Amino acid sequence: MSASTVTFSSIDALHKRAAKVKAEQEKHSMEVLVCAGPGCIAQGAKEIYQVITDKLDEHKTALKKKKLEVGVQLVSKCTGCHGMCEAGPVVTLEPSHHFYTHVTAKNAGDIVEKAILEGEIIEKLLYHQEARKGGNTVKRYTDIPFYALQNRIALRNVGVVDPLDLDDYLAHDGFKAIAKALTSMTPEEVADEVEKSGLRGRGGAGFPTGRKWKSALRVKKDRVWVICNGDEGDPGAFMDRAIMEGDPYSVIEGMLLGAYALGATEGYIYVRHEYPLAVKHLQLAIEKMTAAGLLGDKILGTDFSFHLKLTRGGGAFVCGESSALMRSIEGKVGEPRAKYVRSVEKGLHDEPTVLNNVETWTCIPAIIHKGASWFSSLGSKTSKGTKAFSLVGKVKHTGLVEVPMGRTLREIIFDIGGGIIDDRPFKAVQTGGPSGGCLPIDKLDLPVDFDTLAKAGAMMGSGGMIVMDDRTCMVDVAKYFINFLIGESCGKCVPCREGLRQVYDLLDKITRGDGEMDDIDKIEALCHTMEVASLCALGKSAPYPVTSTIQYFREEYEEHIRDHKCRAGVCKPLIKYHINKDCTGCLVCKRQCPVEAISGEKKKLHIIDQDICTTCGICMEVCNFDAVDIISGGVTVTQQLEKAAK
Amino acid sequence: MIKAVEKPVSHSEKDKTVRITIDGRSIDAPKGMNLLEVARSNGIDIPSLCYHPGLEAFGACRLCVVEITKPGWENWRKLVTSCLYPVEEDLIVYTRSPEVMENRRVVLDLQLARVPNSDVIRQLAAEYGIHDTTYTKRKDADNCILCGICVRVCEAVGANAISTLSRGPDKYVEVPDPEACIGCLACAESCPTDAIGWHEENGIRHIWHRDFELVECETCGKPILTQQQIDHFVEKSGLEERYFAKCDSCRKKETAVSISRVMF
Repeated sequence: MSASTVTFSSIDALHKRAAKVKAEQEKHSMEVLVCAGPGCIAQGAKEIYQVITDKLDEHKTALKKKKLEVGVQLVSKCTGCHGMCEAGPVVTLEPSHHFYTHVTAKNAGDIVEKAILEGEIIEKLLYHQEARKGGNTVKRYTDIPFYALQNRIALRNVGVVDPLDLDDYLAHDGFKAIAKALTSMTPEEVADEVEKSGLRGRGGAGFPTGRKWKSALRVKKDRVWVICNGDEGDPGAFMDRAIMEGDPYSVIEGMLLGAYALGATEGYIYVRHEYPLAVKHLQLAIEKMTAAGLLGDKILGTDFSFHLKLTRGGGAFVCGESSALMRSIEGKVGEPRAKYVRSVEKGLHDEPTVLNNVETWTCIPAIIHKGASWFSSLGSKTSKGTKAFSLVGKVKHTGLVEVPMGRTLREIIFDIGGGIIDDRPFKAVQTGGPSGGCLPIDKLDLPVDFDTLAKAGAMMGSGGMIVMDDRTCMVDVAKYFINFLIGESCGKCVPCREGLRQVYDLLDKITRGDGEMDDIDKIEALCHTMEVASLCALGKSAPYPVTSTIQYFREEYEEHIRDHKCRAGVCKPLIKYHINKDCTGCLVCKRQCPVEAISGEKKKLHIIDQDICTTCGICMEVCNFDAVDIISGGVTVTQQLEKAAK
Repeated sequence: MIKAVEKPVSHSEKDKTVRITIDGRSIDAPKGMNLLEVARSNGIDIPSLCYHPGLEAFGACRLCVVEITKPGWENWRKLVTSCLYPVEEDLIVYTRSPEVMENRRVVLDLQLARVPNSDVIRQLAAEYGIHDTTYTKRKDADNCILCGICVRVCEAVGANAISTLSRGPDKYVEVPDPEACIGCLACAESCPTDAIGWHEENGIRHIWHRDFELVECETCGKPILTQQQIDHFVEKSGLEERYFAKCDSCRKKETAVSISRVMF
């Protein structure tokens, strides 16, 4: 579809264009949607898109003929992330909902030649219910539990609209909310509606958005800023990325509504520079909206004006913290400040500022369009609406998942996520990003909302969810996240900067087998000071991966110290590889060992020389007979794990 | 630009004065003044390493953290940074509660691990019963505690020559652009742990990897300022360069002589 070159001089003109575009789209009897999320692009989605458009062109005449018979018109477009990344690249046919997975440039032509022209189902590209074990195939994505159990509000357009096409956004009810606000709502009514919806900030703290806006409205001011925080940086989290890349117009429409409600005329979107596609899409969206009269002076011919700028972050995780983010926009070192004076009073340039994250802004148009009561009818008692999670780790279906608040961890991980890879035992789920907590199996029935997660020692954070199986060492996990935070702490305040370093040293000592029992107490005391005395939320929440693993997996810490045992067989200094009697003497491990630690002859039991072995684990990987065991603390942990897994 | 700390308003303006309680003592204080200043001006000692009355509060050292509560909080208390916390009516403050003292001990213990050779930190830690750190000492430790005073002073002077570089435990203070440094020593002299090295020899001042030639007093010949300092001050203050030709003591002597000529 051609890019919009129309400038809307009035709200009426916008409505007319939307109706026209919608009617045009309804003429298409089929659409081919090629996922262009980061996962699919990495696996060649762009090439696939090219093959499909080329094939459509090549078969133009045949398609036209069919059109005469069956009325087929085709539109192929790149959409944002579809969500099921491990099945990527994915291609969807609408309106039939046919869903093709693991598409390659080689077989993408089949989608045009067989599926579209001949109406066939391409069996080999269908989704397998049990991907790793054969199992039934599913034709339509609407029949796959991963999609069927979701309720997408923030992600409503991601994977559906063409993020570069303003017209396509219009065809999907885009800008209806801002048109509604400008024609029939006062700014206060918009703020009221947001407050009534019960929406809470999706960036992590869960502060009621409407209340934030209302308190900004009460501050006397000459100028107020609105900011979108797109500095998502949690490892494994990509909800905001998917939204910015796949649905940039919704984010900006949300900001327009916020600016209208708050009387703001200027705003910023702050995006981390490691998200080049998000930067590009948002920048293009800003340009197109400015050209169309949806940004700038006298928007849609009304008295409402709003100017939006995009700022790129320089790669510091801490700049996702709101006060550090504002410092960064001001051109200063991105360090947080204490928030005894709230940013709605003194934020950017010491002027009143309302900052919300990407997902929060994206929910606003939906709330204004469909009403507060629709939004608040979803979710739990204290957390309304839906929340997007990035479900990653040892779970069968990884990807973006959006569900109403209050769904249990079990529903998300097992029903939507399909359970643990290879059906191994579930061990823990880490929620809330690097400074979130790890919850054990007996917390699986916890309803996921802001308050229950906090009570359990974890947090919602921005919605990262990392699933771990029994082969994960919880001390090692805590050490991993602390190491991440060491690299990302801004280093301004003592408890965070020095505390993280010392906690890491103590954890490292334990995973080396040099720990002492009172190290656990020492870690806990240090974590307490970090939690209560750090300057910003990063430092205050930094100890959670440690405190939650001590709370729920203390035994593992004690085993490392007392028995020099890592039950998951992860901590290298505490494990040995040993070849058991199942060895057939095939020589494979001997040949692959990089340090020549394995001796043995053909058809005779091989032996690992422990003095030479570097515990790299290659022998275990290459053994076809499960003849290599991990021994830790005098116990064959591999056998124990397999027994437990059965 | 660094803003000067807000001047306390007159106590006579009743609506701008608040009554708070610190360690059981009732105290009247100007509304909005920071808690640390209020406590100190009433003779209550709260330790701090990054606070400088002439600079915007920073809140990095976490030593001045105290516990507060309010009527109606049902004894719920929280830790706040006193150098940043603006006082408000009915605030109840505890500067030496068990939670506050425990926090100070951990923070000082961490500082001692960072700068085990600093006399200032060793002395302060000893006051809290810490004679040796319980944590791992930093290798090749200098005496910098990253309080940020030097960087903020340099900004206030207007030179903006030094900055913190890197982040987390690897953070350090450096001079990204040595040309910007005017060799004024404000950073070194305001450093609480004497961590910024400098020396003067034969009319040359060495600081931040750079040598500065010192301009001599035209009267007594004593080396006084760097030329870069003079240029900077002339530009910032609007004073004539001549003003900086003499050292302070020679200028005073000269003023005294001219006054006595007029008076007697």
